[in-house]
Amino acid sequence: MGGSVLPLGFLQVGRDAVVRELGSGRNLAQRLSEMGIVRGTRLSIIKNDMGGPLIISVGDGRLAIGRGMALKIFVEEASKA
Amino acid sequence: MEAAQAIKNEKQIVVALAGNPNSGKTTIFNSLTGAHQHVGNWPGVTVEKKEGQLVSEGKVIRVVDLPGTYSLGAYSEDEAVARDYILFEKPDVVINIIDATNLERNLYLTTQLLEMGSNLVIALNMSDELKAKQIDINAARFSELLGVPAIRTVGTRGQGTKELVAQALQAAGNKNPRVVQINYGKEVETELAALEQDILSNRQLVENFAPRWLAVKVLEGDQGVLKSLAKYPGLERLLARRAEAVKRLEGLLGEDIESLLADKRYGFIGGLAKEVMTRRQTTEERLSRSDKIDRIVTNRYLGIPIFLFAMWAIFQFTFTVGDPFIGWIETFFEWFGGVTGAWLESAGMPGLLMSLIVDGIIGGVGSVLVFIPNIFLLFFAISLLEDSGYMARAAFIMDRLMHALGLHGKSFIPLLIGFGCNVPAVMATRTLENKRDRLITILITPLMSCTARLPVYILFAGAFFTANQGLVIFSLYLLGLALAILMGMLFKRFLFKGETSHFVMELPPYRVPTLKSTFIHMWEKGSSFIRKAGTIIFAVVVLVWALSNLPVGVEYASQDSILGWIGSFVAPIFKPAGFGTWEAAVALVFGILAKEVVVGTLGVIYGAEEAGLTAAIAQAWTPLSAYAFMVMTLLYIPCAAVIGTIKRETNSWTWTAFAVAYTLVLGWLMAVLVYQFGRLLGLG
Repeated sequence: MGGSVLPLGFLQVGRDAVVRELGSGRNLAQRLSEMGIVRGTRLSIIKNDMGGPLIISVGDGRLAIGRGMALKIFVEEASKA
Repeated sequence: MEAAQAIKNEKQIVVALAGNPNSGKTTIFNSLTGAHQHVGNWPGVTVEKKEGQLVSEGKVIRVVDLPGTYSLGAYSEDEAVARDYILFEKPDVVINIIDATNLERNLYLTTQLLEMGSNLVIALNMSDELKAKQIDINAARFSELLGVPAIRTVGTRGQGTKELVAQALQAAGNKNPRVVQINYGKEVETELAALEQDILSNRQLVENFAPRWLAVKVLEGDQGVLKSLAKYPGLERLLARRAEAVKRLEGLLGEDIESLLADKRYGFIGGLAKEVMTRRQTTEERLSRSDKIDRIVTNRYLGIPIFLFAMWAIFQFTFTVGDPFIGWIETFFEWFGGVTGAWLESAGMPGLLMSLIVDGIIGGVGSVLVFIPNIFLLFFAISLLEDSGYMARAAFIMDRLMHALGLHGKSFIPLLIGFGCNVPAVMATRTLENKRDRLITILITPLMSCTARLPVYILFAGAFFTANQGLVIFSLYLLGLALAILMGMLFKRFLFKGETSHFVMELPPYRVPTLKSTFIHMWEKGSSFIRKAGTIIFAVVVLVWALSNLPVGVEYASQDSILGWIGSFVAPIFKPAGFGTWEAAVALVFGILAKEVVVGTLGVIYGAEEAGLTAAIAQAWTPLSAYAFMVMTLLYIPCAAVIGTIKRETNSWTWTAFAVAYTLVLGWLMAVLVYQFGRLLGLG
């Protein structure tokens, strides 16, 4: 706990994290909240190749997230549940 | 008699199905309504509301399948369709279909439906998959906490649907559904109460909206809702009050209002899920089979080759399995035409009428119907692909490439649907939130090779490239795709500058599609082709036949007929492309009405010749000009139905005209390029 806050896109595969901040743009926050990502959401990284979109796991679902978006979601690394 | 009258007089019960994409909504719809649907549609993307009927306990129930959405905001067109239906058409009951294996995310929509005060029945669908995931859901407790009935269902096997209907019928009688409210916290609730008071004092608003829901939406600043309020008097006061409330709350709580409300909603959802769901697996163990498949399928180096291989396999399947049928059906129509002709002659029918039936209808429509097995096989394969969950992966894989043209992966889904039919593909762009992205995708979608073009390819590839049929046709599909991407890039650069929008998309778990649902989906899509053969293709073929017999006394289907005049007038344009014959030209002209008509027209013109259609084509084309002709058919002017759809979806004649013009120029250019380069290489 108490890890540093960094963009989701920097996280490596297999890591868990908690969403701390959704970057600017009301559209972005709205879209993400529809898909289940708000502050405090716990997620883990299933796939993160440099340059392409990511696959993350939120609850029991899997989401594909574009790299641009992943750089605007700030998360705090968390230890495994 | 009296009983029938009673049913007639009784108001029909309207049940709407709402749910997230991939929640199995369409499967439940199919299982509820069976064969009694009015409109065929395309699964994966229910782009328009689709209707069916069922009769239960002597009552007729109209079932409306709304587009799958994550929310009832109005960020994309399909969300607006779903929201407006619930809001303004006021169905008696809304069945909310929830993917039980992904409860939390699905409940977001449920909270919105609850707030709207809908008469709700919840289907906890895919409950058969819970066991494998080691999740338990207490449906009774769930139902108790929300105050609405909740039924476990397995849509693919029709389990629970009877009970669902029973509960819906019961709920329909309930005029004052209990509305569960999310508590947004003391500060927000105070402001909501004030807004609600304002709304309650406005009679027109009360008549049309659930006050509490409207208060929440106004406070949230939902653009779609505010826009639909514009016509009501007294709105300024409400907006002024909202502005004050937002200012107070954001000052007090230090957060923007949308996040405040979203946090509370997820608090509610989280609490609810905790209460009803037990999990017997850790996160680590949950790395599912789907994730393992995804490691390979979405691999950055393997992804695109696997996608191309899948496409190639589909086309091989379509041709290998379909090929024998073509021969049989061809033989059947030859025999049928011969027998009918002889019979009509012996019955003393005039020659002209006989020619209409034998050359026109049997020759023309028959030449198109020959390809039905291939079309059904292709739709079968596409349905398999959609139902398995691969479609979303294809979008994921293509995201990187689509970025190069300023779009993102989601735009790729309409393109893939375009392989089936361009009409639903253009409509599927409604799921794109960004207007620019949507317009570009609409403009490039017609370049995707739909099944209606398949008869042209099979006919020509069969006549000239027997050994490499599958490969030649595959190359046309790839050409369409490549040009779509190239044109998208050009449009983005020169017509629609601007930032790339956000890409976020659900990846549903891979599922083995059931044979039944794949067949239903294949039938839905394929049957529209048969309908088309019986209506528009039939009509055009008769028109073509008539024009080949006019002016009176002309030799049938000769250059002196009106058909010949039209063809001869257009033909010179196609000379540089290698098919400057009047027959080819007139086939392309009428092909604008529907692409199958290209074959139908040739069938009418050459049908009268003894050697048959394939032999006649082998005479009039060379392999090179045949390929150029297929390229032209692929690219030039979308068919009339697609043109109409583009007009409807863009709401602009300018963009519609642009789509027609650029595809015509592109098609002609590519056909000429193919022919001229081929000649330089000595292929002519």
